This record gives sequence, structure tokens and C-alpha cells, in this order.
Amino acid sequence: MCLAVPLKVRKKEGDMAEVGLKGLRQQVSVALTPEVKEGDWVLVHAGFAIQRLEENDALETLSLLEELNEAGN
Amino acid sequence: MRPGTDAAQLVARVEKLARRLPAGKTVHIMEVCGTHTHAIGKSGLRQLLPGNIRLISGPGCPVCVTHDREIAAYLDLAERDNVVIATFGDLLRVPGVRGSLAEARSRGAAVKVVYSPLEALQLAEQYWDREIVFLAVGFETTAPTVGMTVKKAKEKGLGNFSVLSMHKLVPPVLEALLLDDQVRLDGFILPGHVCTITGVVPFQFLPRRFEKGGVITGFEPCDILQAVAMLLAQIIEGRPAVEIQYRPGVRPEGNPLARQVMQEVFVPQEARWRGLGQIAASGLALREQFRAYDAAFRFSLREPAGPVLEKKPGCSCGDILKGIRIPPQCPLFKTACTPANPAGPCMVSSEGTCAAYYRYEQYRGG
Repeated sequence: MCLAVPLKVRKKEGDMAEVGLKGLRQQVSVALTPEVKEGDWVLVHAGFAIQRLEENDALETLSLLEELNEAGN
Repeated sequence: MRPGTDAAQLVARVEKLARRLPAGKTVHIMEVCGTHTHAIGKSGLRQLLPGNIRLISGPGCPVCVTHDREIAAYLDLAERDNVVIATFGDLLRVPGVRGSLAEARSRGAAVKVVYSPLEALQLAEQYWDREIVFLAVGFETTAPTVGMTVKKAKEKGLGNFSVLSMHKLVPPVLEALLLDDQVRLDGFILPGHVCTITGVVPFQFLPRRFEKGGVITGFEPCDILQAVAMLLAQIIEGRPAVEIQYRPGVRPEGNPLARQVMQEVFVPQEARWRGLGQIAASGLALREQFRAYDAAFRFSLREPAGPVLEKKPGCSCGDILKGIRIPPQCPLFKTACTPANPAGPCMVSSEGTCAAYYRYEQYRGG
């Protein structure tokens, strides 16, 4: 329920942004994190970026997620 | 887990710390996050830990604690003409005394599953002649996203959008658990993404008033093991504190803008928690200036008369949410209550304690 996923901001227009990972693209609101810029990583929950992340941290979380996926498969 | 991995090292560290606990002392650590409950079940962490360390799953799944009165209220709305319910998928199968949303849908109610409250707002723009009601469940992580959506609806002047606020807050329920004489807890694994919003301050009462520690924790098994080690060190050294293990996702100050939005749109109110009863200031109601977007007000929802039924007879969800019992101790577990036919809320969501036990721990000591 409170799951949030790290995604990279590709494009920002007003308080909306296109975020993505690999082929996946999603429109999210950045109204709760107005400081984010294109190229930043954000934590996304329920269609909103709720926190800006440092790139290293985001990549670490992602590699963990991937490891888990692989383990799960 | 393989020797030499981080996890194996962490388990060894936890074992070493556990040996330093006083003889006969069992440490009870509660996690209050459905994602943690799920991760603990899936990774088999409970079995990896020494016998004097118990992990207990608390009320960490917002869907599981949605009260029967709330379920009755949204089923009432779903059955009205012209209403379209927009909801996170998690709520669909939650059983109330009168059935579930999925059952209402099969009888013809209009129910749309959305991933974001903003999608519900889009539905309101698309279906301008229908009433779109968003079922707002979730803890502090979710409430600001709903608050922002309500503000957007007001900005856009949408007259056919409202939310039924069933939000719950984490610190008040932890306080209620610590004040309950039946509950014995030594520390908390605190929910990472709730704290992304709240920061550490709302949890400082744990060490200050109750001398209990809390570690704000990430969602991987290694994060949870590290949090257990941090809590054990606190207990052994007698220095309860709120610490952050989940560094990437949580800043000590949280997200102040998200909290500001939450405070602008909502006001804390008493809420009913399934299995736990009424807890002061543990829910969120829309403020008066946003009343036009409050489904409870807009549709004049009233508390139904009659006694409050907290659960089905025999269902132990209340004791399970408090950590007094574990699922295999419930008479309904795996017999009258299964994921396909859940009697209680802890079995409904995959994040519920009973569902996690059913799925992952049925062959081990269950």
C-alpha cells in the first residue's frame, strides 16, 4: 500500500513530469516535490513524486529490486 | 541465506547481539508496514532470527484496518445511481458484513480501479455528468497525494468529484498499542515511506514517553535485519531512540511541503480501526473549506444505527493486529478463512499478516 518506486524524471512540465525506467514511461505529479529537475531520481507513490533521491541511492535501491525480481523468477 | 553474503553477516551480528540479552529475555519487535510484513514472510526472516527475538506484525496495512462502518458507507455510495467509485485495487475484496466492493460491482455498481487519486480526478473531468467518489485509504504516505488532488479539484472548480476519507495515522495507533496492557513490545520497525513524509519528529514520543526505540526501515530483507540489529543495540545499551536505517528514502525532516498540504486539506479526527476500535485523532477528515469535496458531507452519510460489529465471530484479527496472537492461533485460520474466502481483513490484502503467514509460513511452524 505504501510502496514507492524510484524512477528517473525525463521531462518536466509545470507540476507534471514524465518519469521512466527502461522502456516504461509514466506521467506523475511533482506538486509535492517542486524542486525536482529533469534527470533527477524520485520516489513515486500513487502517481506523485514524494521525495527526490540522490542518484547513487536510487540506483542501489533499483539493483536490489532487480536482484529480488531475478530471485523471484 | 548463503554464508558470506551481507545477509549472512547481518544474521551473525543479530545472533551475537541476541546473546548479550539478559537470560530469559525475549525481545518483541513490531513492524507496522504491510510491505515489511510481506518481505519478512517471503524471505523467511522469522525463522532465521534467534529464538529470543520475535517479529510481530502490527496494524501496518491500511486496507486491513478499514472499519466495517467505513465499508458499509462506501457500499452505500456504490449502490447509488449516478455514482462511480474510484478506488485502489486493494479495497475491492475487503469483506464487510454486507459484502465487498467486488460483489457490489458484480451486481452492477460502477467501480473503477485507479493507481492514483489524480486518475479519479481525470474520470471526473471525463464523466462530467456522473459523481466520481474516490475512496481514500492509506497512511501518511498517501494522504498528501489525496490532499493535493482535492486542492486541484477545487482549483479546477470540479463539481462532481469527492473523496471518502478513511485515512489513518501511524503514531496514534502505536501510542494506543503501548497503552494497552495486553501488548508487550520492546521496539518498532517503523514504516519507511510513511516517514518519507512525516520525518522523525512524530515518532519521538516512543523513546521520550515510553522508553521504546524505533528504527525507520527500508524494504529489503537486509534492511530489516539491519534494523533488528540497531534495535537490539539500543536495548542492550539502554538508549531507546528513533533512528533512520532507510537513508535514501527518508530525511529527518520528512517532506514538509507534503505535510503542509495534508494539514491544509485535512484535520485529525477520531477513527475506528478494524479490530482495534476507536482511537483519538488517528484519522483524517476534510476541513470545512473543502466540504464540497467530502463525500461523507456531499451524500449526507450517517453512522448506521445498531451495534458496531468489529469482526466476524471467531476472527482474531484484532489480537493479531495487536501482536497478542499469531495467525495459526486463530480458529478460522486456513479453515474458515483463506485468501480465496477471507473472513477477516488480515487475510484479504497480500500485505495482511494472515495472508503473509498463509502464503509463506504455512509449512513452517504454522
